[in-house]
Amino acid sequence: MNALRSLGVEQQVALLFLILFGLLALVSLAVLARSLRAQHVEHSDTEARLLRDLRALWIGALVFWLAWVSGPVGATLLFGIFSFLALREFITLVHTRRSDHRSLILAFFVALPLQYLWVGLRSFDLFTVFIPVYVFLAIPALSALAGDPTRFLERNAKIQWGLMVCVYGLSHTPALLLLETPRLERHGAFLVFFLVVVAATAQIVQELSSRWLRRRPVARLIDRSFSYRAWAAGAAAAAVVGALLVWITPFRVLPATAIAAVAGASGTLGDFVMRALKKDAGVRSWGNQPSVTGAVGLLDRVAPLCFAAPVFFHAVRWYASAQP
Amino acid sequence: MTIAVKAMGLLVSFVARLVTGAQGHWKGCPPEALQRIYFANHQSHLDWVLIWAALPHDLRVRTRPIAARDYWTAGRFKHWLTREVFHAVYVNRQRSDDQDPLEPLADALEHGDSLVIFPEGTRSNRGEPQAFKSGLYHLAERFPGVQLIPVWIDNVQRVMPKGEVVPAPILCTATFGAPLQLDPGEDKRAFLERARAAVIALRPAAA
Repeated sequence: MNALRSLGVEQQVALLFLILFGLLALVSLAVLARSLRAQHVEHSDTEARLLRDLRALWIGALVFWLAWVSGPVGATLLFGIFSFLALREFITLVHTRRSDHRSLILAFFVALPLQYLWVGLRSFDLFTVFIPVYVFLAIPALSALAGDPTRFLERNAKIQWGLMVCVYGLSHTPALLLLETPRLERHGAFLVFFLVVVAATAQIVQELSSRWLRRRPVARLIDRSFSYRAWAAGAAAAAVVGALLVWITPFRVLPATAIAAVAGASGTLGDFVMRALKKDAGVRSWGNQPSVTGAVGLLDRVAPLCFAAPVFFHAVRWYASAQP
Repeated sequence: MTIAVKAMGLLVSFVARLVTGAQGHWKGCPPEALQRIYFANHQSHLDWVLIWAALPHDLRVRTRPIAARDYWTAGRFKHWLTREVFHAVYVNRQRSDDQDPLEPLADALEHGDSLVIFPEGTRSNRGEPQAFKSGLYHLAERFPGVQLIPVWIDNVQRVMPKGEVVPAPILCTATFGAPLQLDPGEDKRAFLERARAAVIALRPAAA
């Protein structure tokens, strides 16, 4: 431990990445070996899901590494692009009308870049209220000016919801990287790592435990595998991993455990909500298959992060300000 | 000059992919370097760009759009873009008595190029495509060796509705169907109706 502490922050982060990619490589090899040995085609659905989660983990780790290597500007840009792609997929799924065109332009080309600009400039007060307050007011105003009263509330709600999840939620991840408070200085990369690991753990454990527990699903029409017990198992696993990782965070053990549990639980709920949304939009194919719209499922992958990041971000800020 | 042309081509296809995804779904035929006439539904000015961006790089060079001469040669930039980047085939919109309007298309086909045509002749905004014009039939009759590929372009009208300038980023697809042939002795109207049905059949199930 002392040897670790004597390293600079940069070296600590580099070591972190080394461990992360090493672990991922080991797990991937294990899964590959298993799939080579397995003869029967049973459980192919869950198997495919496991593979999907593993791949998402790889992508997440690579993105995280890129974000760290490229510094604040790169991280902001990178997540800005992810937001753009996720929002594009979301808007494709939720059938808008012709008169929404100007609102969509506002969402994509004004709200999204500005939100990431606030992140890059570290103006976190504006960042926190920009989309929930100002864009929330601007979109229906613009929409009303377009002069189409058909399903007015529904259309505006859809666009606002997409912005909240794909832009506002996701932008909290680079914000964590740039968060500067006296106690959290230069811990950004560790915080993002903590968040991603915790959210991914919750996701995978929930998936596995729903396979073993075989509980009655809570909402059969939305997701056949989601049950309260599996969800709690995911959150509990996230808490354990959070407690184990406490040394890379500025937190004490108990708060770290609590924050990890909350982030994990909200991440899995995010995935669940996204399933409901896709069912509503009539998307049958799941995962990497291109659906009717050509959407390749980026939304599924970032959904847990979109839901977990804001909760985590505020927990961290709150913790930092509560400390004397 | 060729560098500018290449850069412009890359830029156009990059923007098209960024905004629409420009996904090509090859349902009825693989993307091969055969001589083909792609015929598609027409909803927006972006239709051509979408098909072009959905094609593999090596097919783009030999696949040409049809452009109205009076409009697309009016400005220097428009002329350069359609001539150098897209290799457009220019047609006259005003009919003159001594010239067959299909002549430029036939020249291009004899030259071995593939074409993309929108047989409705005009953009239709909602629902089913309008009845097809007879040009497709005459080309099929004259060039029996050229494959006729129906294409359905989905979602483009949401990207850029009529009268808007800035496109909204929404994913679009171009679905390519199985080659169609003119049956011996087939009636013009029957063939055009069959071709139209083949395009409509490619429409993805309504979500």
